[in-house]
Amino acid sequence: MSKEDYEVVIGLETHAELSTKTKIFCSCPTEFGGEPNTHCCPICMAMPGTLPVLNERVVEYAVKAGLATNCEISRNSKNDRKNYFYPDLPKAYQISQFDKPLCEKGYVEIEDENGEKKKIRLTRIHIEEDAGKLNHDEYGRESLVDLNRAGVPLIEIVSEPDIRSADEAEKYLRKIKSILEYIEVSDCKMQEGSLRADVNVSVRKKGETKYGTRTEMKNMNSFRSIVRGIEYEVDRQIEVLENGGKIEQETLRWDDVSGRTFSMRDKEDAQDYRYFPDPDLVAIKLSNEYIENIKNNLPELPESRRKRYLDEYKLTEKEANLLTASKYTSNLFEEATKICNNPKAVSNWIMSDIAKILNEKEMEAEQIPFTAENLAELIQLIDKGTISNAIGKKVLVELFENPKAPSKIIEEKGWVQISDEGAIKEIVLKIIEANPQSVADYKAGKDKAIGFLVGQAMKETKGKANPQILNKLFMEELKK
Amino acid sequence: MEIIDLTVHELQEKLKNKELTVTEITKAYIDRINEKEKDVQAFVTTLTDEALEKAKTIEEDKETEKIQNELAGIPIGIKDNMCTKGVKTTCSSKMLENFVSPYDATVVEKVNNENLINLGKLNMDEFAMGASTEYSYFKKTKNPWNLNKVPGGSSGGSAAAVAANMVPWALGSDTGGSIRQPSAFCGVVGLKPTYGLVSRYGLVAFASSLDQIGPITKDVEDSAILLNIIAGHDEKDTTSIKTEKKDYTKCLKNDVKGVKIGIPKEYFGEGINAEVKQELEKSIKKYEELGAVVEEFSLDIAEYALATYYIIACAEASSNLGRFDGIRYGYRTKNYSNLKDIYRNSRSEGFGAEVKRRIILGTYVLSSGYYDAYYKKAQQVRTLVKKEFAKAFEKYDIILTPTSPTVAFDLNARSTNPLEMYLADICTVSVNIAGLPGISIPCGVDSEGMPIGMQLIGNYFEEEKILNAAYTFEKAINFREKYKPEYKK
Repeated sequence: MSKEDYEVVIGLETHAELSTKTKIFCSCPTEFGGEPNTHCCPICMAMPGTLPVLNERVVEYAVKAGLATNCEISRNSKNDRKNYFYPDLPKAYQISQFDKPLCEKGYVEIEDENGEKKKIRLTRIHIEEDAGKLNHDEYGRESLVDLNRAGVPLIEIVSEPDIRSADEAEKYLRKIKSILEYIEVSDCKMQEGSLRADVNVSVRKKGETKYGTRTEMKNMNSFRSIVRGIEYEVDRQIEVLENGGKIEQETLRWDDVSGRTFSMRDKEDAQDYRYFPDPDLVAIKLSNEYIENIKNNLPELPESRRKRYLDEYKLTEKEANLLTASKYTSNLFEEATKICNNPKAVSNWIMSDIAKILNEKEMEAEQIPFTAENLAELIQLIDKGTISNAIGKKVLVELFENPKAPSKIIEEKGWVQISDEGAIKEIVLKIIEANPQSVADYKAGKDKAIGFLVGQAMKETKGKANPQILNKLFMEELKK
Repeated sequence: MEIIDLTVHELQEKLKNKELTVTEITKAYIDRINEKEKDVQAFVTTLTDEALEKAKTIEEDKETEKIQNELAGIPIGIKDNMCTKGVKTTCSSKMLENFVSPYDATVVEKVNNENLINLGKLNMDEFAMGASTEYSYFKKTKNPWNLNKVPGGSSGGSAAAVAANMVPWALGSDTGGSIRQPSAFCGVVGLKPTYGLVSRYGLVAFASSLDQIGPITKDVEDSAILLNIIAGHDEKDTTSIKTEKKDYTKCLKNDVKGVKIGIPKEYFGEGINAEVKQELEKSIKKYEELGAVVEEFSLDIAEYALATYYIIACAEASSNLGRFDGIRYGYRTKNYSNLKDIYRNSRSEGFGAEVKRRIILGTYVLSSGYYDAYYKKAQQVRTLVKKEFAKAFEKYDIILTPTSPTVAFDLNARSTNPLEMYLADICTVSVNIAGLPGISIPCGVDSEGMPIGMQLIGNYFEEEKILNAAYTFEKAINFREKYKPEYKK
């Protein structure tokens, strides 16, 4: 049998740090970084006798996430303790939610490889606290505990095993990220670990109804490693099965450098978390009114923006999809369009040139360094003929390097377009004189030759000549 | 009468009339501690020097009227499981032998706001697990009535210190009887308030859903005064309930006419010592003479209360005590080469046998495969216990029982037999399971002169009813005038 005979089954447990100002059970700041153990208090350091007080904002943000992903919101929820020992977990239990999560039975939609809409169901979304961090010294002699992150609020979004490929997994996670960004409950900075996923992978023969044994890759924090990790794991599992082996249910660590997975713990360590309701916290009871109120105040979600882009801006389906995939590109589009009134041009710039540069630089849309005003001005300068499209592209590169007003950039660089017919005519005559062969070709009916001449003129003016005037003058001169 | 024999409300009166000064009072207690501590062994930490300093400051501030508070300058003792900033909080455990909390428990803050003077931290069973204070890592506290007997537990240091006049009053904590039972053994008054009336913030947790802080005092009026200080909602403890601020001394009417008292017959059956039973029956008659309406009834769920209690309390403890792992604070083993060793050896060496027993029990009942049979079932029984009490309180204002089936037992008599030790809690645990308020007051002595305690249980937040009934009884029998600790050797 070959790879094509297997079906891949994937489920994701996505952890997103919530962007509340304070931690989930105390009033310490959630801010990333800081000197070790400076964003801490007796509560998040688990000093004896301290008690947690649930941050109501955390509940609100989780409910928002639930509503934005079509979940049912529990009117009656609670916090449970998940007990295990680890130095980054100061209470020796994590306050999480076990059997009564805040949100259940939701879904998000992605496009499968045939471009068809596909629902990925969500089992649940629950709230919990993050653990601290261990810093190991370079000699491996000692580890230091930093509790700044201990108690930062998280939501865990658990999907059903509905994902069938690495590509779908990436699309699903991009969708989740986009939704969380739109509703502003998480900054989803994967490089800072504020969005990370545990990926469960199994394979089974096509047509089989039972799931295969799954493995879990922990704490994946880039799209690239998720895709690579899944592909590796799928190949590995199929190979094991093809050789008559059995998949062990285990927890794995993906190593980006070697491009393979490693087993994290041995089976003897199978954890029994001894979940039970946290007696220090009262039940979370939500009224219909509370939930309605959050629902009514949800920001506009990507789906609704997408429809609006079709109607209001007359964009194509493809354009609308791509622009709304990220809150940042969508916001950039809307704000720039408001200023320059040229939705088509804004859309083109974002989807072609900006996307190309982001791709080259391996940047995400939220890392775009310039403002919507900058982009709008760039388009206006082209529309007015102050600069050519070609210069526009150079300005964009400059905006990524050293963002400032495009008018300023072209002034400093001397990129203002030459529109003076007299000046351009001189250049045209010079080029005609220097290229008799091309002139002859043109006169012999080879219309293409004029392109070469225009190109030469552009080269001469470093792209600053107004292309319309240049064209017009060449035609006139060559007809003589 | 000597200073140390006075109750707090009597001291308060004398301070007000300038018959006594704060320094005189504090000195009297310090002298008493110096005299009796070698016999009674009630303190883990004494703060006598600091107390004298504070007494002087308070006295000055009172003169300049910077402090106008009437209770300012009254000494107090605090059980060693309530966090005190800058002073060791050991829970009588090797694990926390040198632990100094960076913050004050809410009750400690409240006591400080009243300018009470902390004379020291009082001995207890390790992490409040025990009924005799023999499980303290540091010392065995003795019963002031007979030094060969236990003071009860776990707040044995608090009850013994009050009985021996080493402090005028003290704070204890009660998870299954830890205020009431030692109060009964030592012939003093111990009140466990309704769960949620007093903030638990800063009380080192044993079993979070059962723990409650309360007063241990010489008489009922003092109990009401101390409850006034410590009761009230605390934002830092979401299980503390928002209730109206009350003055609990207002309810002490010395009148129980028409008060309906229910006597659950299960608490007077097998296992109850005959002399205890006899004194309790006399007390019941006394209530009838005072005009109360007494009726026997059945509270048959009581039989399951002890088992339920030990499952819930141990389950919560196994999780609450996880933080004592040798990483951030507390005892760390010297003997380790990897992380697992730190955990295993620090906890093996740092905890005593009883604490380990309960952690293991609690871990077991929460384990997958056993959770439903034990923990879940215990929670279901807990609901039934609440329901049965609710039914009883439809008929009665107060439920009356013995506080403990026996008087104080001999030192070392039960410390090696956990099951027998657990039976000392049989009359008190159901009150914690239901979250109700309960008070223990002395009602007589046995043939050896050891005090016998009577427990009055009230409905939720009806501390006033049990305080008044206890007060009325106290006035009628004058226990404190008739009997005094004898320090028998």
